[in-house]
Amino acid sequence: MKIKVFVTPKRNVLDPQGVAVGHALESLGLKGLRGTRVGKVVELEIEGEDTPALRAQLDKLCGDLLSNPVIEDYRYEVASG
Amino acid sequence: MNIAVLQFPGSNCDQDAFHLFASGLGLPTRYVWHKERGLGGADLVVVPGGFSYGDYLRCGAIARFSPVMGAVREHARAGGLVLGICNGFQILCEAGLLPGALIRNTSLEYRCLTCDLDVEDAGPSFSRDALGVRLRLPIGHGEGNYRIDPEGLARLQENRQVLLRYADNPNGSLGSIAGIRSPEGNVFGMMPHPDRAFERFHPSRDGLAVARAVLAVRFPEFLLKSA
Repeated sequence: MKIKVFVTPKRNVLDPQGVAVGHALESLGLKGLRGTRVGKVVELEIEGEDTPALRAQLDKLCGDLLSNPVIEDYRYEVASG
Repeated sequence: MNIAVLQFPGSNCDQDAFHLFASGLGLPTRYVWHKERGLGGADLVVVPGGFSYGDYLRCGAIARFSPVMGAVREHARAGGLVLGICNGFQILCEAGLLPGALIRNTSLEYRCLTCDLDVEDAGPSFSRDALGVRLRLPIGHGEGNYRIDPEGLARLQENRQVLLRYADNPNGSLGSIAGIRSPEGNVFGMMPHPDRAFERFHPSRDGLAVARAVLAVRFPEFLLKSA
């Protein structure tokens, strides 16, 4: 089972990296850019089944380690196989 | 009196912090490796600067789960003194021992310079009376941009938890905040380096006053009176 965790800066938290990347995109000719946020993706490969217990554990790990709830949001996608 | 300086893989200001207390103040000081589960009865635990665990994931995010951090948490809960400098401040925020978080500098640049800092009245020892209105301390960081939600910021101000503010904000920190303390007043965190400001060849010797102000919270003999 493959799990992709997406961590992004919270909407109301300044993202200096996103701002800089946004400026670069505009200078390369991208028109109408309304916002750029830079986050990260963490890919996990886990043996076993997608169960509520696993999801509860993932939520805890995402909040404790993979993201900092003060400044970041997370979501994840689970794909079997 | 007994000072413990933590060492994580990637700490690089541990020796500076050690010498601030050992040579600068002449106090018994020792290193505590991150795998230890005890602090040997330390009165003050210093979490030094550096790049613990390569700053992977986020600054301080992995160090927070080191075995020694359980002992630090216990020490802090019992009212023991903790001082986090630079990466140490980031670790204490990640560990929830201090509120808020530190993100990338607005400039995206690593900032390395000596800063003027305005002293806030954050207690009897950390005050303008004790330290004077302004200190000069070096900074060296890429992620010192202090962030907290509006309610958290209001609480910091209400409880007088802000220790220092940059006179000329180098990193985009909210309210130019350079250092804070816990609501209980025993856990301290700051991006500026008192451990790089105590020798004659350092840009200032104000680090000694900061170290004394932290110790004076529990040990009044360290209290300074400005002239």
